[in-house]
Amino acid sequence: MSADSLERAFRDERGPVLATITRRLDGNLALAEDVVQDAFVAAAVEWDRGGVPERPGAWLTTTAWRKALDRLRHEKVAAEYAPQLVHDDVGYDEFDFDASSLEDDQLRMLFTCCHPALPPEARMALTLRSVAGLSVAEIARAFLSTDSAMERRLTRARNKITAARIPFRVPSDDLLVERLAGVLRVIYLVFNEGHAATRADLRAEAIRLARLLVRLMPDEAEVHGLLALLLLTDARSPARVAGDALVSLADQDRSLWDAAAIDEGAAVLDRALRLRRPGFYSIQAAIAALHSRAASFAATDWAQIAGLYGELSRHDPSPVVAVNRAVAIGFAEGPAAGLAALPDDPRLERYQPLHAARAELLRRAGDVAGADAALQAAIELSASEAERAALRRLGSAAAHSAPASESPDATSSARSNPSANDA
Amino acid sequence: MQYLLTLTYRDGEGPQEGTPEFDAEMKVWGAINEELKAAGQMVAASGLKPETATTVRGDVVTDGPYAETKEILFSFYIVDVEDLDAALALARRMPASQYGSVMITAMAHFEMA
Repeated sequence: MSADSLERAFRDERGPVLATITRRLDGNLALAEDVVQDAFVAAAVEWDRGGVPERPGAWLTTTAWRKALDRLRHEKVAAEYAPQLVHDDVGYDEFDFDASSLEDDQLRMLFTCCHPALPPEARMALTLRSVAGLSVAEIARAFLSTDSAMERRLTRARNKITAARIPFRVPSDDLLVERLAGVLRVIYLVFNEGHAATRADLRAEAIRLARLLVRLMPDEAEVHGLLALLLLTDARSPARVAGDALVSLADQDRSLWDAAAIDEGAAVLDRALRLRRPGFYSIQAAIAALHSRAASFAATDWAQIAGLYGELSRHDPSPVVAVNRAVAIGFAEGPAAGLAALPDDPRLERYQPLHAARAELLRRAGDVAGADAALQAAIELSASEAERAALRRLGSAAAHSAPASESPDATSSARSNPSANDA
Repeated sequence: MQYLLTLTYRDGEGPQEGTPEFDAEMKVWGAINEELKAAGQMVAASGLKPETATTVRGDVVTDGPYAETKEILFSFYIVDVEDLDAALALARRMPASQYGSVMITAMAHFEMA
């Protein structure tokens, strides 16, 4: 078996195996992580020699479980959480390997990893590690961290889960709405990280997690809304980057957009809208759907988009939404109306998207000097070279008639969007 | 699992003694205490006299709490409940979580005389 296919098998099996073992260990994720890691090390040796077993997940689960029993027998702490297990021996038959119970365990894992008692950045990292099966190195790269620092952060989070007894279960009905919002938030942030850093793997993981959640919680409107938003946003990715610069929505080659993903996103959005009044994610998905439906930037239904941003600001009164609303109004009703709608708040003086939007609106209003000054401010406040390059191109193409700002897409500014409730 | 709940408020926060709000809050505390006892979840609890706080660090004795803090520790509970979500639900019901704070810490090893 090639190293590649071994790695893929590992990645696919890791989440389900870890979730099963964690449930059997009554939520002791710290121990479960250790023994699953040991089982994968054993598999690397044995499968390389004897080939991959018929049911790799079953092999890994049983092996991890035997290692857990060994550890428990050798540790005096065994009696503390699993006294009855120490004397059991189990084989394949002991475990329920049917798809639905495997997925139920993964759902439990998702809620546990996203528990509000864990620090927000640890929730993302732990979800990527424990549910998505990413390696520590891949996660460290997403957080611009070192492998060892990331490993420490993950270990701290797992130890808190075990020591504080954060339950391994889907929350009861009275807590579900609140906790589900936390899970959706983590998936959204994983995607935004992949969007901001143009990392397709993180975007794909976020979409996979959203799909899993849709399968397991088909009655929750916002779960569908989130999946729709991610699909519709991801569909534009092929047109979003040229070299090391971001291509604004206005300048994107729309023929590069992924039509299949757009169709699927639109269908998922329909289901979300049929279930309930649209929430934070469904509204953003509706905005993304309007963009993807427009034949060109000029043909976009800006009036409806402006209305949706108004709706969104009630769920999320953040500067990014206010700026995007003003930009949409600027296209629907003209630059003067857009400038008037820009948020007027001294606390946003160092908020880059505000300056970028103002530059664009002033340029279209014919105020060249004002536009240049605002553009300069936006360039100075930009966080990435790709952003600066996009803005410089905009400045040098003064005669360019197409408005060029990606900001009417809320998710594009995700990194600087501290919007939703993090607790 | 046993948890220590430490309750704090800042000076001036919460209802003042002698007001109807204060009396209403006392009823809530009473109900919580009775419920915990009836469920066998109460291990220990006490109100504290914050004005008596005295700290020893090395050889130095100082008046007040151990750190420069505006949070006044005024009560604690030790409870025995299923898991952190149960402890969180209890903390949320405590009036102190509304005007002050309730910190939850799992206990490692509780010894009683």
